[in-house]
Amino acid sequence: MKFAYLLVLGFCLAATLPLELFLRTRVYARWRRLLLSLAPVVAVFTAWDLYAVSRHQWRFDPAQTTGLLLPGRLPVEEPLFFVVVPTCAILTLEAVRRVKGWPVGDEAARGGTGGATGRATGRATGGATE
Amino acid sequence: MSYTALCVVALAATAVLDLWVLRTRLLTRKAFWTAYAIVLFFQMVTNGVLTGREIVTYDESAILGVRVAYAPVEDLLFGFAMVLQTLAWWVWWGRAGVQREP
Repeated sequence: MKFAYLLVLGFCLAATLPLELFLRTRVYARWRRLLLSLAPVVAVFTAWDLYAVSRHQWRFDPAQTTGLLLPGRLPVEEPLFFVVVPTCAILTLEAVRRVKGWPVGDEAARGGTGGATGRATGRATGGATE
Repeated sequence: MSYTALCVVALAATAVLDLWVLRTRLLTRKAFWTAYAIVLFFQMVTNGVLTGREIVTYDESAILGVRVAYAPVEDLLFGFAMVLQTLAWWVWWGRAGVQREP
């Protein structure tokens, strides 16, 4: 089945979509921040992938991939994997923050007293959401 | 370098990125480890499909040969480095003021 790999990626996106729709993680909504975060990861891991493929450390089943190959004989599914899985990870982190109210480190410092306010701010915003 | 060696290098480099370069310190946060535990479960399911169905196959000489849910144990390090790097950038950009608020 040519679309087996793509189906796996589609499953990942479908499984995490409720986080954006119902938990309002607003990760896709913050698409500029999302793209800026994904860019270095896609670059680093695609480079790694190209190295591994060139050294025959792993290979992909032509019968289960679309057959669309990028330069370096990299299936198009691979860079998509480096977009999809990190996106799912961000959705998960934001969902944890939403539900538990735990800080992740980007909270606005209220009162300007520095890092220690992150915890209190995170809890306050998280607790007030639902 | 073998896949095993590259994974160890990636893990160390990503930890340095998180702790000292970006100073996001996700490795010290409960929210990160909770999110990672959830991601890890789904990673083992999806990666189990990718490797179990042999959509991806590995050269045995590039890996240790230890497998978890069909996948080489190295994939766990690969996935951890990918998730940690992603989340570190996400927090870093938020801290830098790029769409910080939901």
